[in-house]
Amino acid sequence: MAEKKKAKPKTKTTTRSKTKPGPKAKGPDVEGLTIRVCVGTGGLAAGSQEVIDSFHTELKAHGLEAAVEKKCVNKTGCRGFCAKDVLVDVILDGSTSTYQRVRPEKISRIVEEHIINGRPVEEWLVGPDYHTFHDKQTKILLKQCGQIDPEDINAYIGIGGYEGAKKALSLTEFEVIEEVKKSGLRGRGGAGFLTGLKWEFCSMSRATPKYIICNADEGDPGAFMDRSIIEGNPHSVIEGMIIGGYAIGANTGYIYIRAEYPLAIERLKIAIDEATKKGFIGKDIFESGFDFEIRIKEGAGAFICGEETALIASIEGKRGMPRSKPPFPVNKGLRGKPTVINNVETLSNLPSIMTKGASWFSSIGSEQSKGTKVFALTGRIKNTGLIEVPMGISLKEIIYDIGGGMEKKNRKLKAVQTGGPSGGCIPASHINMPVDYESLMRIGSMMGSGGMVVMDDATCMVDMSKFFISFTQSESCGKCVPCRIGTKRMLEILTRITGGSGKESDIDLLIEIGTDIKLSSLCGLGQSAPNPVLSTINFFRKEYESHIKKGICPAGVCKALRQYVINAEACKMCGKCARVCPSSAVIWQPKQKAVINKSKCVKCGACFDACPFNSIM
Amino acid sequence: MPGKKIKKVKIDGRRIACEKEETILQAAKKAGIEIPTLCHDDRLEPYGGCRLCIVEVKGVGRPLPACTTPVTNNMEVRTENDTIKRIRKNIISLLLSNHPNDCMRCEKTGDCALQDLAYRYDVDGSRFEGEKWDLPVREDNPFITYEPDKCILCGRCVRICNEVVMAGTIDLVGRGFNSMPDTAFRKPRSLDNCEFCGQCVSTCPTGALTDKKGRGKGRTYEMKKVRTTCSYCGTGCNFDLNVKNGKVVKVTSAYDAPVNYGNLCIKGRYGYDFIHNADRIKTPLIRKGDDSFHEATWDEALELIADKFSGLMKKYGNKTVGAFSSSRCTNEENFLISKFARTVFRNNNVDNCARV
Ligand SMILES: Cc1cc2nc3c(=O)[nH]c(=O)nc-3n(C[C@H](O)[C@H](O)[C@H](O)COP(=O)(O)O)c2cc1C
Ligand code: SF4
Ligand code: SF4
Ligand code: SF4
Repeated sequence: MAEKKKAKPKTKTTTRSKTKPGPKAKGPDVEGLTIRVCVGTGGLAAGSQEVIDSFHTELKAHGLEAAVEKKCVNKTGCRGFCAKDVLVDVILDGSTSTYQRVRPEKISRIVEEHIINGRPVEEWLVGPDYHTFHDKQTKILLKQCGQIDPEDINAYIGIGGYEGAKKALSLTEFEVIEEVKKSGLRGRGGAGFLTGLKWEFCSMSRATPKYIICNADEGDPGAFMDRSIIEGNPHSVIEGMIIGGYAIGANTGYIYIRAEYPLAIERLKIAIDEATKKGFIGKDIFESGFDFEIRIKEGAGAFICGEETALIASIEGKRGMPRSKPPFPVNKGLRGKPTVINNVETLSNLPSIMTKGASWFSSIGSEQSKGTKVFALTGRIKNTGLIEVPMGISLKEIIYDIGGGMEKKNRKLKAVQTGGPSGGCIPASHINMPVDYESLMRIGSMMGSGGMVVMDDATCMVDMSKFFISFTQSESCGKCVPCRIGTKRMLEILTRITGGSGKESDIDLLIEIGTDIKLSSLCGLGQSAPNPVLSTINFFRKEYESHIKKGICPAGVCKALRQYVINAEACKMCGKCARVCPSSAVIWQPKQKAVINKSKCVKCGACFDACPFNSIM
Repeated sequence: MPGKKIKKVKIDGRRIACEKEETILQAAKKAGIEIPTLCHDDRLEPYGGCRLCIVEVKGVGRPLPACTTPVTNNMEVRTENDTIKRIRKNIISLLLSNHPNDCMRCEKTGDCALQDLAYRYDVDGSRFEGEKWDLPVREDNPFITYEPDKCILCGRCVRICNEVVMAGTIDLVGRGFNSMPDTAFRKPRSLDNCEFCGQCVSTCPTGALTDKKGRGKGRTYEMKKVRTTCSYCGTGCNFDLNVKNGKVVKVTSAYDAPVNYGNLCIKGRYGYDFIHNADRIKTPLIRKGDDSFHEATWDEALELIADKFSGLMKKYGNKTVGAFSSSRCTNEENFLISKFARTVFRNNNVDNCARV
């Protein structure tokens, strides 16, 4: 098929370029043409490399090879709308058309109709959801990610890159810290601690040397904002580290990143190399007398290594296990020296705070939570992907305007889980609440690193909390008893509830042990692990009770609790169900309605799948 | 100077003057107030793993571990309230829920911190049912028996091996419910990696690590503990010989010993077989003309030595003799032998086997 398509344009182009040299001759004019292909991990997985290759082949076939080289097929980072990858912008004479779900076999038509003939291929363009997805967002970090080639430092410099570091280094350390404090920037790694204040504590420590560490461990299941920022704009993180390093007096920075992020690591390496060549890293940066170097430390990808003291242990070559605080890392961190640990997103906010000023930054967001936050929006929602919104935006706007509402029309919103395995769920009734640190805490959830899972009424809350606690249990470092054994027992209780053998006392036992785990665990993992369970019991206790007392999973998710019943009115007496049942539980004879013998049924669901008339419930 | 500044702390209503670097646990101990612990050992860095030592600190929203929290001025601590008691009971219940609860035939009964706590807080293993470890007993070390099922993951063995012995034989491996102390790649504890000092056994609060040679030889309460000084080298470590029916059946640490705080090496802890060995030499032996040895009294032996030395010195001069002492001698004994050489032999021919 591809051959057929290729064969056609060849003949056409030759005629067109000969006969119609008029307005369409703009096409081959390289100045007016830019093609942007999303090459984040999501894009690459969807085949963006093949798309780029295909563009090259097609353009070449049209005699445009010399005119369109790498310059025009820019690699850009993730722009968030991953469900529609591969996304391609074709910018022709200043007007941008965005294509979604581009595959290599689509390129010849795009080149032929759009680039050569100036008529965009309407049916492949992004729909209105692409625009609602973007319009309610306030893109600061992600904007640049979609714009520039992350492997080219000049692209970053072209949009004002490294001006923030330059400005910071012209101020005193004290002035930089004051500016960051004034901006109200809070850590994006989870706890939301004021970044400027953390820096101030570290700068007050007299011991030397000091260190700054960028936390790029990103272990929450389903989270990928930090990876996207690094892949799309690695220089912004490096620049943030230079600013932070200067402010606290650290000459060495570490980026702790999981080895499962090979592309991000590759881009960081390139970026560090380029920045070093430009003199932004190294000795006497901007002739300020400040020296700074950055080292990359690859982690093996344990969730607990995102916790700051475990991360430090891991860099030191020890087992990644948290220790008690105090002493805090700002006083005794890496190798016992004062250390600031900041999240990727926190750091990449700094360059623009320095260039545009603290008051610009603090004008975005809510009373106590300033700036924007990147979320990984997933679940039963139409538009999934990475979004960047101002702090304080309501959940409703995120779900319905940006997310486009529920994925399935006949489904209702049930709850939203924020903060990943450490967070809690927010029931649909609270949909008008603002999304900021304080509000989320108040409702028993947390910001976390920015996971946001939207659930509809086909989601079982018991099953959902079982998923999260099985994650925290298997990622617990094992150091302290409540987390190591407590989460295991909670998981077992949830497993028996979803398996149909829950006991009436189980809910209270979950609450008691969950509370005690929170109160007595050593680190943030254990202290927050019970949150998904406790908050779902708080808001959806009836659902737990229904599993235990009635043996019914209201959402119909828990297999062991499913009951298959044949709707006699709908049954057409075909007998397909009886034929597939492996345990002869269906009683049926020709020209008779089928009935399921409950005591024989093994709940395999074979009859449900086999019924051509949807008569089995 | 750090460590000298005095802080005033109130624990369970009692005022205690503390030094700056002290923890709540140390302050309480000083005042004779007991706080339960499982992962703490004075020989090791504070760890905060078992969470039993959590206490209420006035003005702090959540309980804090006494073992890792430093005292601050005017701190007010309550070592137990209803919530903390409930949490402690639940922690012990959780530990027992993954424990064989096999006290009847366990080597550690009577000397087991877990058993004592279960008794004190009146809990058994029945509250939480669920998966239990069922791992084989490890006999891969000639001196140490490891019963993983009885391990409570206090990490003491791991820390003593790394912090004190610095052998690095074991660390925690695995994650979540399946973490446990083991060697790298779970290889046998053998000559390749282990020092056989038994330090891990000395710190293990449960029956997970026990001295192989002492197993089945008697309960703690049947033993007479005789404090003695090690005879292997001049360091002077103390330990307790455990004597039952007039026989030394094992050696246990003397944690209050000023020289070694309960630390020992392989020789002190496991090198006691000679005591009741049939081949042990108990009197001096003198070689007769036919090259055979004959038992003698000390007087006979010393007299013979004196005769021989004087004879040699008279015949060949005083420079031809010397004194060579053993590294098993104490400093005082070594001093005496060198004094002996200088005053009696009138030379400086003194040496010791420990000069490598
Ligand atoms: C179990 C656990 C996992 C964590 N994982 C991460 C992570 O993946 N990335 C991150 O930036 N912070 C993580 N944190 C938070 C860090 O400990 C730390 O607070 C943060 O990196 C500080 O940076 P910030 O002030 O810029 O937020 C984690 C914390 C806990 C308790
Ligand atoms: S709370 Fe969990 S992860 Fe944190 S130290 Fe304790 S066992 Fe390890
Ligand atoms: S280790 Fe202690 S609690 Fe466990 S079986 Fe032995 S004596 Fe009992
Ligand atoms: S073997 Fe003993 S000392 Fe080592 S972790 Fe287990 S219980 Fe603690």
